[in-house]
Amino acid sequence: MQALSEFVMPHLGADMTAGTLLMWRKKPGDHVTKGEIIADVETDKADIEVEVFTSGVLEEILVTPGTKVPVGTVLAVIRQEGEAVPEKPPETARVIPMPAPVPQPGLQPLPRPSPLPAQAAGRLHVSPLARKLAGELRVDLASVTPTGPGGRITREDIEHAAHARAAAGPAPAAATAALPAPKPSEPSAPADRHARMRQTIAAAMARSKREIPHYYLSATVDLKAAMDWLTTGNLTRPVEERLLYGVLLIKAVALALREVPELNAVWNGAQLEIKPEIHVGVAISLRQGGLIAPALHHADRKTLTELMRDFRDLVQRTRAGSLRSSELSDSTITITSLGEQGVESVFGIIYPPQVALVGFGSVVERPWSVAGQVVSRPVITATLSADHRVSDGHRGGIFLRAVDRLLQTPEKL
Amino acid sequence: MTTQEISSQVLRLLGNIAPEAGLGGIRPDVPFREQFDLDSMDMLNFVIALHKEFQIEIPEADYSKLATLESSISYLEAHQRASQ
Repeated sequence: MQALSEFVMPHLGADMTAGTLLMWRKKPGDHVTKGEIIADVETDKADIEVEVFTSGVLEEILVTPGTKVPVGTVLAVIRQEGEAVPEKPPETARVIPMPAPVPQPGLQPLPRPSPLPAQAAGRLHVSPLARKLAGELRVDLASVTPTGPGGRITREDIEHAAHARAAAGPAPAAATAALPAPKPSEPSAPADRHARMRQTIAAAMARSKREIPHYYLSATVDLKAAMDWLTTGNLTRPVEERLLYGVLLIKAVALALREVPELNAVWNGAQLEIKPEIHVGVAISLRQGGLIAPALHHADRKTLTELMRDFRDLVQRTRAGSLRSSELSDSTITITSLGEQGVESVFGIIYPPQVALVGFGSVVERPWSVAGQVVSRPVITATLSADHRVSDGHRGGIFLRAVDRLLQTPEKL
Repeated sequence: MTTQEISSQVLRLLGNIAPEAGLGGIRPDVPFREQFDLDSMDMLNFVIALHKEFQIEIPEADYSKLATLESSISYLEAHQRASQ
């Protein structure tokens, strides 16, 4: 028996129904290792690096770059490690159901790029495909206005720059040949990307409010112990290892989920699926507008130092537009914090198929009763938005109480 | 290092942290957070970048002195004078 596995267009969130295969990083016959990034995919929110979930040899590529296909479409076939090379393509590879791909006008496979001068690379943030396209269209990267997350230059920015140049005057022959013709009604590329992100957020949030019976709870948490512990610890930590209080909140939420596991789950349309691993999605705002909530994997098992390191990395990569597929598909709950905007309470909308969202407001000084004395304390409002189909207020209250309790002993987090 | 050189370095480091911010029209006396929508993670990255670039220790208590371009330059110049 040949053990073949399908590499499919991943489902990277409730708002994703299709994606465009941007490029392959491997070719047929190449060895691939579980967790390795082998393709880049464009969604309405961002360009994503897609990992493979099995080790083996890339047997066959079924979808070419530039093609938009529905989620679940088989993109390639991988012959798993240790299996013999078949003399001819196995039957299983031929009968894999593949939805009819939706071709994207003007996004056909591209010719080999001409190399860019080294100085053009500079410190610019450029997606691999955009860099390749810039070479083909002879677009000077330094002259391109970036619109991607973190100021990243995207494929659309290159196309936009090439169109603008073409409109201004004659373009090199190679550029004219490869440039997809815009539809008259098409919005400009930056506006298009931003509009698509808003549309996907709108679709997911509308679906959530339509389908999920939310209930909301809030609790005010005394943060004195946590803030004192943090300030003292940061005095002796090297600057690269200093912690932000947000990391304590993430860890407290992750540990509290062990006590109320039904909040660490997804609703699959008919029933609750409690997840054994805790992957906390953190809402990260993009400066150009919109937000993405990638996952911090195994947040409950990591030390605060590890969690801080991973959180920093995740924020940077989110804003630079280099997230991995697992980071967009694995979250089992989401945390959002609007404290830095001066918001005191956040009553968020659950991101389906998750069943809960935790919100944090700003840390504020408030009168607080301690042993019969009114004192000033730094407090924060923690909120829970939860799906009433799978949990109720009683369990939600236990969860928030656990978050509070865990934050009173920060040294144990 | 002259005031102008320090200013250029600070702007370069900020540009690396928030490349989409567009630092050309920076107002020296207005907090970076307000002008460029920076958050605490950005500010921590800024402090780390200053620490590496200028080889100085920056305690958490001093973060507020790095809120604007003007105050950052003053802070770094004071460090420079102290080390001479």
